[in-house]
Parts: sequence; structure tokens; C-alpha cells
Amino acid sequence: MSDSTMSTAHHAAIRKAAGDNPRPRWHQGKKASRLISKTLIMLMLFAGVVVIMIPFVWMISVSLMNAAEIYAVPPKWIPSKFLWRNYYQAVTTIPFMLLLRNSLYIVIGRLVGTLLTASLAAYGFARLRAPDSNWLFAVVLATMMLPSSVTLIPQFILFAKLGWVNTFKPLIVPAWFGGGAYNIFLLRQFFMTIPLDYDDAARIDGCGHFRIWWQIILPLSAPALATVTIFNIMYSWNDFMGPLIYLRSMTESTLALGLYFFRGAYNPDWNELMAISVLLILPMVAMFFFAQRLFIQGVVISGVKG
Amino acid sequence: MATARQRSTAARREAWAFHLFISPWIIGFIVFTLFPVLASLALSFTKYNIAQPPVWIGLKNYRNAVTVDPTFFLALRVTWTYALASIPLQLVLGLIIALMLNADIPLVSVWRTLYYLPSVLSGVAVAVLWALIFHPSSGILNNLLAIFGIKGPLWLFSKQWALPALIIMSLWGVGGSMIIYLSALQGVPTTLYEAATIDGAGAWRRFWNVTLPMITPVLLFNLIMGIISTLQSFTSAFVMTQGGPEGATLFFGLKLYYTAFRDIRMGYASMMAWVLFIIILVLTMAVVKSSSAWVYYEGTLKR
Repeated sequence: MSDSTMSTAHHAAIRKAAGDNPRPRWHQGKKASRLISKTLIMLMLFAGVVVIMIPFVWMISVSLMNAAEIYAVPPKWIPSKFLWRNYYQAVTTIPFMLLLRNSLYIVIGRLVGTLLTASLAAYGFARLRAPDSNWLFAVVLATMMLPSSVTLIPQFILFAKLGWVNTFKPLIVPAWFGGGAYNIFLLRQFFMTIPLDYDDAARIDGCGHFRIWWQIILPLSAPALATVTIFNIMYSWNDFMGPLIYLRSMTESTLALGLYFFRGAYNPDWNELMAISVLLILPMVAMFFFAQRLFIQGVVISGVKG
Repeated sequence: MATARQRSTAARREAWAFHLFISPWIIGFIVFTLFPVLASLALSFTKYNIAQPPVWIGLKNYRNAVTVDPTFFLALRVTWTYALASIPLQLVLGLIIALMLNADIPLVSVWRTLYYLPSVLSGVAVAVLWALIFHPSSGILNNLLAIFGIKGPLWLFSKQWALPALIIMSLWGVGGSMIIYLSALQGVPTTLYEAATIDGAGAWRRFWNVTLPMITPVLLFNLIMGIISTLQSFTSAFVMTQGGPEGATLFFGLKLYYTAFRDIRMGYASMMAWVLFIIILVLTMAVVKSSSAWVYYEGTLKR
């Protein structure tokens, strides 16, 4: 704090000595160089964006091309004819609607479980005191850093013994028991920013903790819950290893797994493969565009404040 | 005015409520985390194929890994090389882009969106797309290089270029870390920059002595999370190369998957999982320990 007051005083002294000229000549040179550097930066960013976007554009182009055009040198960016037929073909070769239904089932099953149990735990850590709450929260934090491969095999054995292989249960049930340490952490931090006055007011009206959680805290936490929702949906939709390990037949597979099987079983042409890939990423791209701020907010909260 | 007894009853009631609220998590932690971690340690000392009960073999798995297994050290080397290349590259690239976006330029949100977009996409779709891009004859990378007269390598089919290809692919998702750095950069108080400028610091000096120290906590966090996730890489190798050619992309996580779910050797795979866990733990602790030398909390070096 003393640093800044000294520098503003210092700065003021310089200005006074320069005769209070708001834009001394050396500043003007600086302005030009700043403009040049900004333009340079914009150009570099633009070049970078072009490079980043090439795979996207290529993916969409290929999905609409006929097989021969893909090999063209120099690469052909716009297909001569938009073969929407590729999409039709891809969607009928694999049981697309079934895979989509499976994916949605898992996404929603996980999401509800996560939202409920993570917010319950977060409420406990944020609002309720107990002698062991501190070290239990340290355990939550520690699990955030636990590599998943070390729990993978025993979890599989457990689910295999329960007969849950080739069902959705191994993918959905764990979400109903805490919903992920990340989410508990995120929600707890957010709950702690909600003023206790609301809780007190509710308590005076006779609310117990459960009602406070359900009727006060949750509605006030819409932004944080939305962030958890977005990331949870993204994780479930994109999940590959989970379905790979537990879902053994095409009828139980998710869309992501279906893409993989499609490639192996039918050895399709690149254009059909790209068509399925486009369909797979489309929902996430759409969700991202509509909920950008939540994505960025969520990444920031966990990455910057974590 | 509550009596001591009333207060302790209230405290007891609150503790009871606390345990009730976190009970789903506690159950989940014990069943899906604590028990599996201990179980996989125990399993690492056994020979187990699920069909028959586990057989205790002591340190045989660990010994075999080091003496008999032809690909154990290969997998460690491949994973280590991949991590050593992609983690710093992602960090530096993400930081550079974030610095550019922080430079008071127009349309920041557009740039930010476009750079971040690849990170939200499904691993399989990304893997399949890049398998196409890297394809020696139909892939756009080689076709673009051909315009400049360069004959591109066989990429995923070449022993030398397969791993570099995967490293290049991992950089597509640089937007993920970029977003975090951008936010951290925006949190650096401008008064610090003003003070530095008054003292005559040029752009580089300002970056090195103001910007960088102020974002070191975020760098630390990202470094640790990067280590944990990169050392477990699986999907791209599984979908694109299946560990080949000749083990050039045999990630440790991939080898673990094959051992457990293709060869059904659960004991050996558990040993591998614990070896990976120990490696990650040691690396993380080393990074955290070193952090007191280079991480500034609240603008001061924490000693």
C-alpha cells in the first residue's frame, strides 16, 4: 500500500516538474510504438487462430466430401458437392439414436447425482461446524490430486463382482456419492460467499438445515451450480475410458464409444468418420457458445483460486 | 444466554448434521477411493485374473517389471518424454497467448473463445480428427507441406515421428491453460506496473520482475495438475496408434490398460498403477518443495 502512494506522489512530482504537460513529447513516440506492438500482437493472434481453426474447418469439409477429394494436393477446402449423404450413411450404419439415448442417460444420471450430493457435502463443509470438518476437507482436497489409475482396477473388480459390467451403473452410481472433489470444493467456496444473514433469517422462521440448503442456499448458488453443470455434462459426454471399460456391447455404448467401434468394425471412409465426429462434438460446441462465460468462470475458479 | 450444556448440545447437534450432510461423500470416499487405493496396493503383490482368487506372490510383480518385462521401461520412457515435451510447451505457449490477449487489444472475447474451443471437445473425436490430419497421404498436414515442396514423414506410422505427432496434437488444447493464465494476468494490480514504469523498467523487466512473480501460484497449480494428467495419458494413444509403431507411443497408462483389460493380469496392472502413483507423488512433492524458491504468495516469497 505504501508503495503505490509513494509512486503516485512520485509520479505527480514528475508531472509538476514537466510543467503539468499532459502529453510530453516522449509520450507521443511511445504511443506510436504501442500501436505497432498491438498490431503485431493482433497479427500473431490471427495467425494462431487460423492454425487452431484449420482442423475444425478440415473436419467439416471432409465430412461433406466424396472420398477421393480428401487426397487432393493442394488440399481442397470446399467440397465440390456437399454430400449430406455422408451424414445419413454414418447415422444409419451405427445405431445413432440408441447411442445418443445412452449418452444422455449417463449424462443426466451423473449430473443429478453430482449436483445433489456435492452441494450437500459443500453445505456441510461451508456452514456446519464439527471437530473433524477441517481434516475431512483436507481429505477432499487430497482426492482432487489423486490419479485415477490407482483406483481404476479395484473399482472395476468391485463392479464386476456386483455384476454391473455392461450396465450404466458403474458410470452413474459413484456420482451419487459425493459427485467429485472438485465440485465439492467449488461449491463450498461459493457457499461461503453467501451471507449468513439469509441462513439466520430462515432459522428464525423455523427452517432446519435441510430446508436452508434446499430453499435458500441452492437457489442463491445458481451461477456456481450452472458452472458445475456445464463441466459435468462436458465430462460425461466426452468420457471415453469409463464407457470403454464398462460398456461391452454396441447396444449399451455411448456416442463417444460408438465412434470408436464404428471405426474398428466398419472401417469407414474418412468422410463418414468425420461426419460422426462432427455430430459428436456439435453439442459441446453449441453448449460452449451459449454458456461461454460459465466455462471460463469455472476454469478460472478452479485454476486461479485453486 | 445459552448455558454451557445448551451450547454443547447445540454443537453436538450441528456436528451430527454435518456428518449427515457429508455422508454420501464419506460413503463414496470409503467405497470408491480409500478402499480401492488400499486394495490396489494389496493386489500389486498378487497374481489375479478375476476368475480365480488372488494368489500372493510378494514382490514378484515389481521384480518382473524391472527384470523380465520388455516394455516396462519403454513405457516409462515414452510417457516421460511426452510429459517433458508437452507440459513446458503447453505452459509457455498458453502463457504467451494469454500475455498477448492481456495487451489491451480489441475483440479479446472472440480470440479467447476461438483459442479455448478445442479444449471442450471429446478426446475420441479429437483423436480421430488428428489421425486424419496426420495421415501420410490423405492428411492435410502432409498435403500442406507438399505445397512447400516438403515431403512430410509418415507421422503416426513412423517410429521417430509418432510421439512428436502426439505432442503437436496436445498443443491444440493450449486454450485450456491460456484461459487460466489470462485470468491470473488480469488479477495483477496495475499499481505494480505503474511503480515499475516510474522506476524505469522496460517491457521485459516489467514482465520478468512483476508479471511473472505475481502469477507463480497459478503456474504452480497448473504445473502440478499438468503432471498428474499428462503422466496418465491414454485416449489419443489408444485410438490413434495402439502404442505403436513398435512401442514408440506406448504410454504407461496405455500399457496399464492393456495389462488389466486385455491380458487380465490385475495384479501386475495394480503394481503398475502404484508405480505411477508413487512417481506422480514424488514429482508433485518435488515441485511443491521447490516452489518456496520461485513462487510468490501475496507478492512475497514464502520461505
